[in-house]
Amino acid sequence: MPQYILRRLLQLIPVFFGTTFLIYALVWAVPGDPFAGKCGQVACPPAYIEMMTAKFNLDDSIFVQYFKYLGNLFTGDWGETFNGVSVGELIGNAYPVTVRLALIAVAIEAIIGLSAGILTGLRGKGFLDNLVLMSTTFLISIPVFVTAIVLQIVLGSELGIIDASVSEDATIGELIVPGIALGSLSMAYIARLTRTSIAENRHADYVRTAVAKGQPRSRVVGVHLLRNSVIPVLTFIGTDIGALMGGAIVTEGVFNINGIGGLIFRGIQNREGATVTGVVVLLVMVYLLVSLIVDLLYAVLDPRIRYD
Amino acid sequence: MRASRGFWGATAVVATAALLLTACGGGGSSENKGSGATDANASVSVYGTEPENSLIPANTNELGGSKALKPVFSALVGYKSDTAEPYNLMAESINTTDSKVFDIKIKKGWKFHDGTEVKAKNFVDAWNYSANGKNGMQNASFFEQIQGYDEISAKEPAVQTMSGLKVVNDYEFQVTLKGPFSVFATKIGYLAFAPLPDKFFADPEAFAKAPIGNGPLKFVSRTPNQNMKLTRYDEYQGEDKVKFKDLEVRIYTSQETAYQDLLSNRLDFMEALPPAAKAGGKYKTDLGERLVEGKLLGISALALPYYVPGYNNLDLRKAISLAIDREQIVKTVMNDTYAPADGYVSRGIEGYRPGVCGEFCKFDPVKAKEFFAKSGFTGKLTIASNADGGRKEPLVAACNSIKNALGVECDFVPATDFGQWRSIVNNRQLTGMGRSDWSADYPSIENYLNPRYKSTGSSNDSTYNNPAVDALLTQADQTADKAAAIKLYQQAEELIAKDLPQIPVWEEKGVGGKSNRLKVAKLDFGRLADYSSIEVAAK
Repeated sequence: MPQYILRRLLQLIPVFFGTTFLIYALVWAVPGDPFAGKCGQVACPPAYIEMMTAKFNLDDSIFVQYFKYLGNLFTGDWGETFNGVSVGELIGNAYPVTVRLALIAVAIEAIIGLSAGILTGLRGKGFLDNLVLMSTTFLISIPVFVTAIVLQIVLGSELGIIDASVSEDATIGELIVPGIALGSLSMAYIARLTRTSIAENRHADYVRTAVAKGQPRSRVVGVHLLRNSVIPVLTFIGTDIGALMGGAIVTEGVFNINGIGGLIFRGIQNREGATVTGVVVLLVMVYLLVSLIVDLLYAVLDPRIRYD
Repeated sequence: MRASRGFWGATAVVATAALLLTACGGGGSSENKGSGATDANASVSVYGTEPENSLIPANTNELGGSKALKPVFSALVGYKSDTAEPYNLMAESINTTDSKVFDIKIKKGWKFHDGTEVKAKNFVDAWNYSANGKNGMQNASFFEQIQGYDEISAKEPAVQTMSGLKVVNDYEFQVTLKGPFSVFATKIGYLAFAPLPDKFFADPEAFAKAPIGNGPLKFVSRTPNQNMKLTRYDEYQGEDKVKFKDLEVRIYTSQETAYQDLLSNRLDFMEALPPAAKAGGKYKTDLGERLVEGKLLGISALALPYYVPGYNNLDLRKAISLAIDREQIVKTVMNDTYAPADGYVSRGIEGYRPGVCGEFCKFDPVKAKEFFAKSGFTGKLTIASNADGGRKEPLVAACNSIKNALGVECDFVPATDFGQWRSIVNNRQLTGMGRSDWSADYPSIENYLNPRYKSTGSSNDSTYNNPAVDALLTQADQTADKAAAIKLYQQAEELIAKDLPQIPVWEEKGVGGKSNRLKVAKLDFGRLADYSSIEVAAK
């Protein structure tokens, strides 16, 4: 087991270099001059452009630029945005909100998705099954930004239940509706995934054996059936945590939440390589660590799975 | 599964980008005839965007940064919000006999927010710093008329001060220009000319994180991407004092969300409305009494670059101008947020006369066809612009109008964003007409003509070159008498109207909105809230 973890951690190193270089190159390789529109209708003074070019090493080749960036990163310097704010500070401000939002979204999708999936999976065809089928199809078919804007306008402006934007503090209460918007798509997937998995395993030999042994229904479902059925769902939820961190771009934009998603969005828009690369480094780490944890959890759920 | 999500993600990003990059519209004034008292201790929130540059006056030229910095600094000259007329703010007097040497006395007893007194040297030091090429300030070229600018603006300047700036005593300094420039006394109200306290020079970077100014509001705190907080500076002596206590410039990623907040009174002021609110004139019913209308000093035109083959043709320019139905487009596509343009200068600027562009700025398809036949132009016409922020729709409409009137093909050519768009124009890579909008930096007829129509102008998008116009503009710049100078600028404008290097199309009226907490809120000509006008109704 410790060997397995070590191996997995070592694998992080090439992935880290590969992703960061790709992102760095992609951001800075966008054609055009990043300072062209900075001074309005008038071209910027040459002294300004020279200073900024020197500051962001834009005269160097992309490799030299990247290694200079990495060098700074290892000394704890995430670089600066064009307006002179440290990227480290930006990330420091933004990540707690996004983590909270992502956890709320995961909680919502796990609770609602799993219960809907288990209920329909156990009962089979019927009214409830059709209802869940229809509503999940509906959710899957509409993009997140539509869900978010509809929730915002209906619950916010029309009914006045929530505020249209999330305040500076971004409390848990305020983040529930954005969390629903963010988690809605995955919620539908989880419901579908659980339903299929449960329906498949319902007729498995070990379930029949458990029933035949006279186990109470709650134990058959809760321990025997669920434990096996939940493995694919867990994989999905695990990778989803990473996806939600980055995927919050739209939701955070709609509800004006100052989080990681907004940071990436603005970074791409203003072509600020330091911000985008910095945030992506972080997201890659989160992604990799979460998938490691998910893999380790498999062993807990299914003791037949071993890591050597 | 993943693929579909990625696809929607991309769509969403594009859609949100469109919302975000939306034109900031708005300007003007509105007053509720509420009779209630004003709450002098209220706090006010305004819509904001993240500043694009560090918070130093000479490095700030866009709306996001100006919103936070303008109330923190008071320049020598202020502009009245209704008329844009300049008045002495920090200056006691600005005297000149020849428009070349300006003797500036400043008011005594004004203080920076850190308690140090504002002295003449604070202006001189600030201007020298800002013009210095080593410091790479975005607005350095604003100082170009001052003697010694050419030496100091070099990348590694040999001098650290401009020879044209001299401190006479604590409250008086003298500015010598390279040559006479009559508009200088108006120009120095621009933010880049603000004084800087001694603390700035010790550590400019630290200063940019917490600017110390001499204006009606002082800086409290800033959370990047979240907000900037300012509070009233009680010892402020200028006449543009504010009538509330705290100001929060709240940063939004989406104009639509800010608008939702405005409608539910969670946000007090927006100087721009999102496209969704403008569509079909929805904003009028949404806002009602809370609509804030104004006069912005800006003008939209189409540049016909002389370097594009076939476009250097006066008959073609006349034909195109006659073929655009400005009235109709302004009404149906822009929902009355713009007005048709009839000259090269905004309404409300001293020196503006109606109808300078004359018959050629009026829709006349019959005459347009005649001129088009005379021009002998063959091929396709194109209008290029960045397509984001509602820029595209009116230009597509203009193209259609041209197509219908002239029977020639016309296409809109999009650029991805403003940066890419400006690099096309600045590198002279246009292949047809191009959008050429202009917002005045300071309220003067000069600022509409010199940058755009002088052969050496910084924003001469059509590469127009008429020695007679150049001569008139230069002569106007050098005329000390303001009225005489304006006459000369007007003569230059008339010559320009004959050549039609750019086709004036429309000017933005500026529409914004306020919450029902505000009794009064006006917009200044530069599309910023006129903070000194804002009054909050007492509860």
